[in-house]
Amino acid sequence: MKRTLHFWRRYRRNRGAVVGLVLLLAIVLAAVFGPMVYTVDPFDMIGRPAQTPSARFPLGTDVSGRDILAGLLHGGRVSLLIGVAASLCATTLGVVVGAAAGYCGRGSDILLMRLTDFFLTIPSFVLAVVIIAIFRPSLISVMSAIAIVSWPPVARLARAEFMAHRDREYVQACRAMGMSDFRIAARHILPNALPPVIVVSSLLVATAILTESGLSFLGLSDPNVVSWGYMIGIGRTMLRTAWWMSAIPGMAILVTVLCINLVGEGLSDALNPKLQER
Amino acid sequence: MSSLSLGFVSVRLLQVVPSVLGIAVLNFALLHLAPGDAAEIIGAQSGGASKEFVDELRRSFGIDRPLYQQFFIYLGKLLTFDLGMSNVQQRPVLDLIADRMPATLLLMLTAIGIAIVVGVLCGVVAAMRHRKWVDTIVSVLALLCYATPQFWLGLMLIVLFSVTLGVLPSGGMMTIGAQMEPLARALDIGRHLVLPALTLGLFYAAVYARLMRASMLEVYSSDFITTARAKGLSEGRISLTHAARNALMPVVTLGGVQIGHMLGGSILVETVFGWPGLGRLLFDGLLQRDLNLLLGILFISSILVVLCNLLVDLVYGLLDPRILAR
Repeated sequence: MKRTLHFWRRYRRNRGAVVGLVLLLAIVLAAVFGPMVYTVDPFDMIGRPAQTPSARFPLGTDVSGRDILAGLLHGGRVSLLIGVAASLCATTLGVVVGAAAGYCGRGSDILLMRLTDFFLTIPSFVLAVVIIAIFRPSLISVMSAIAIVSWPPVARLARAEFMAHRDREYVQACRAMGMSDFRIAARHILPNALPPVIVVSSLLVATAILTESGLSFLGLSDPNVVSWGYMIGIGRTMLRTAWWMSAIPGMAILVTVLCINLVGEGLSDALNPKLQER
Repeated sequence: MSSLSLGFVSVRLLQVVPSVLGIAVLNFALLHLAPGDAAEIIGAQSGGASKEFVDELRRSFGIDRPLYQQFFIYLGKLLTFDLGMSNVQQRPVLDLIADRMPATLLLMLTAIGIAIVVGVLCGVVAAMRHRKWVDTIVSVLALLCYATPQFWLGLMLIVLFSVTLGVLPSGGMMTIGAQMEPLARALDIGRHLVLPALTLGLFYAAVYARLMRASMLEVYSSDFITTARAKGLSEGRISLTHAARNALMPVVTLGGVQIGHMLGGSILVETVFGWPGLGRLLFDGLLQRDLNLLLGILFISSILVVLCNLLVDLVYGLLDPRILAR
């Protein structure tokens, strides 16, 4: 409890991060509860196409006469879900690889780091496009593709942390007590290595949302759900006459990604006090 | 010095080999993960072929052989840059890519130019006016550009500059059907290039501005800057000639690393602006489900990134002799 309070006090010092957190909470609430309150099906063609905002359609209608507000709320669920899920998967994968490389060292370190560097060189978006094209677009394939292309930075960071802790006294004490390597790495080093990883993984959520929007703009999204990028792609066909159809979902992405980045910076300030002076 | 750099160059060149091999393995794996092989696809396209016919096709393609044999055949083909035929366009994949490469390179180089000039300038100015209003504005703008989906920014720039103001073309690489002198042609391409290059470049300008600012602030606290101050040099001179030069190093490194990332952005931007480059080709390949073409683009773009990284390393070695000594 005292630690949480201390953490919050340091987080609070970054005003941008507080604003970001508040806005982000509002967005998450809107995505989770919005569709329950505003019960319009985002796929229903219920009005004339390309209407400007009105009392009946608060944000207007799209090319096929579907409610844009309904699309925005449902799309928010998809963007946030994929962003968080992809980031969690990438973080898990990255921590496992990084921990194995950093803790074990020697041969496995060289091998795993070569693998990581290799995935860093492959043009990530192109790889994601090819993976999804091969396995057909679905929530799972999009999420996995994004996770596959975004784990390497986490692995490098986790490796550095595990290497730094490997020979500390508390780890030596654990060894002297006869603990298994797995238990030392998972139960004792991991909690200490986690703060910088949390910062990177929160920023990964933002990147994942941007990547997902680009993919679904190209038509690589689950055909059964609405997403923000898909809405921009649909609106694009009437860009000259009804620009707001593309502008609205794009603003949603911008604000969400901005908030996540701000929160990430706040976390970084609160978790790594040494960096604060800059 | 020259023998040292020769050793450095050859070691660095040797390191390229496993990367290229890895890319080949990845491509091969993806090709085999795809549901249905080439024989089945062609069989289905010809309207329900008999099993014997499909087996015959498999034999002629060599897909009935063991996997490792197939891999070596595949590797042999890649090494001679035989990327196969595009299933849809009936042309060698390499030809298609070679046709589109110049447009993508032109777009990317212009975008990198914009990003470095704008980013570095903003970063230096922000650092010189640390915690003043200029610094705040640069930081806020950078945060905004950093969070904007590039393709969406492109669409909004089209709305602003092409639809509303009507000053710049909304897509394509040149005015179609116009007879022009070479110089007028170049100007025409330049006009078409402005919006896509700006769209692609602004994101990286934001990245460089943030990096340059942080890097400058770090250099400011080093001893040789204190010495320069003690000598009574003006703040402007210290910032521009002493600090900025040293702060530039991380920017150069990041620029090399981000080529692959930029290729991804280029796909989206090219799709938005109908720019006839690799990205547009990839999009067409997606619509037509042309797997050979997609994998060919992945292979060539990965090789491109590996080569760019090599180039950056070598340039870096020239800029900072300490690296050669390692």
